[in-house]
Amino acid sequence: MADAVTVRLTVNGVEREGRCEPRKLLADFLREDLGLTGTHVGCEHGICGACTILIDGEAARSCIMLAVQADGAELLTIEGLMRDGKLHPLQEAFREHHGLQCGFCTPGMLMTALDLLRTNPSPTEAEIREGISAVLCRCTGYHGIVRAVEAAARKMR
Amino acid sequence: MKPVKFDYHAPASLDEALALLRRYGGDAKILAGGQSLMPLLNFRLSRPAALVDLNRIPSLAYIEEHDGQVRFGAMTRQRMIEFSPLVARRLPLLREATKWVGHLPIRTRGTIGGSIAHADPSAEYPAVLTALDGEVVARGPKGERVVKAKDLFVTYLTTSLEPDEILVEVRLPATDAGAGFALEEFARRHGDFAIVAIAALVVPDGARCRAARLATAGAGPVPVRLRAAEQILERDGLTDAAIDAAAGRAAELVSPDSDIHASADYRRHLTAVLTRRALRRALKVAHG
Repeated sequence: MADAVTVRLTVNGVEREGRCEPRKLLADFLREDLGLTGTHVGCEHGICGACTILIDGEAARSCIMLAVQADGAELLTIEGLMRDGKLHPLQEAFREHHGLQCGFCTPGMLMTALDLLRTNPSPTEAEIREGISAVLCRCTGYHGIVRAVEAAARKMR
Repeated sequence: MKPVKFDYHAPASLDEALALLRRYGGDAKILAGGQSLMPLLNFRLSRPAALVDLNRIPSLAYIEEHDGQVRFGAMTRQRMIEFSPLVARRLPLLREATKWVGHLPIRTRGTIGGSIAHADPSAEYPAVLTALDGEVVARGPKGERVVKAKDLFVTYLTTSLEPDEILVEVRLPATDAGAGFALEEFARRHGDFAIVAIAALVVPDGARCRAARLATAGAGPVPVRLRAAEQILERDGLTDAAIDAAAGRAAELVSPDSDIHASADYRRHLTAVLTRRALRRALKVAHG
């Protein structure tokens, strides 16, 4: 990798560093270079939302961003949701309300819901559905997901 | 599903960015929010020799009011626009349109300049720029020039900007209090590009209509300003009959193409239906 670049960033509160080509997608960098395979890669063109993470506090798709663009950024991935061995209220609620089936979209769903609740702590059902429309669930499990986000919102307020 | 190799540059200033564009002589692509370009790179439909990433030029992101215009730095994120109190007050049509742009995690990255320069005819921002008769500022080797919306969009995904120019600012005339606005859109799924969308702004004056603004997305290779339909309203007022007449006229003013998403006839039909809906709702908004 003659043209490799160094990428330094903070992931889930930990400073990390890696070297990659500029064309490396951020999602692949997380999975392959940093070993954080919780972020899932589905469509690789910004449609399915499975790879959604928080970049400097805002939800974004890591498959349509380059790793080199995240140099200096602060990232939160699904691995960083748990605190002190305890599940995040969103994770609790997804378990409680059957908000996941196969689990492939779940990291993206959780990270998207996290950003939704940050800007709208008391969303209506329609607003939740609009918010999570950014992530595709092929198990057609939306109903449980909506209930889980409602429940988490109540807990997080 | 991975991009081909490219040189990557993230200049810290516009001058540097312009010099890089010159150096690559048309073989470089400008990377703004990346929400359209990155998928094209991943599919290898776009194979530029280099990317010039504007994300490290902080001076390109701002929203300010100036001379009756709201001006946006090209790198202003759609989400910043969605939550801007200035936009809510002075450009409510743009705020409404923003909610139709992609999804939440798209709008955190996507930019107003990128959306307009990409010139997808189904996108919402080009329609609003066209409806409101806005303009953009392009900077190139010879300095800056202002390009009106009507002179900007050439055809699908093509603007009149030169390869060595960068769109640096978007200017939209602020909306008077008392105006009504609406963006009506039909898409297969929420967050998809429009099959057809209509942006509408009306300024009622008693029973009359002081000004009407209508533009399309998705009804042809470029956004279409529906001037002849606007004129019906400005002449006859905002009566049901005038709105119906304007909607009918709107369908005659567009020349959509057929594609996998919809036939030309269906898009023309949608143009009439959505124009009627947009005008009725805009009128309701105006009357509070």
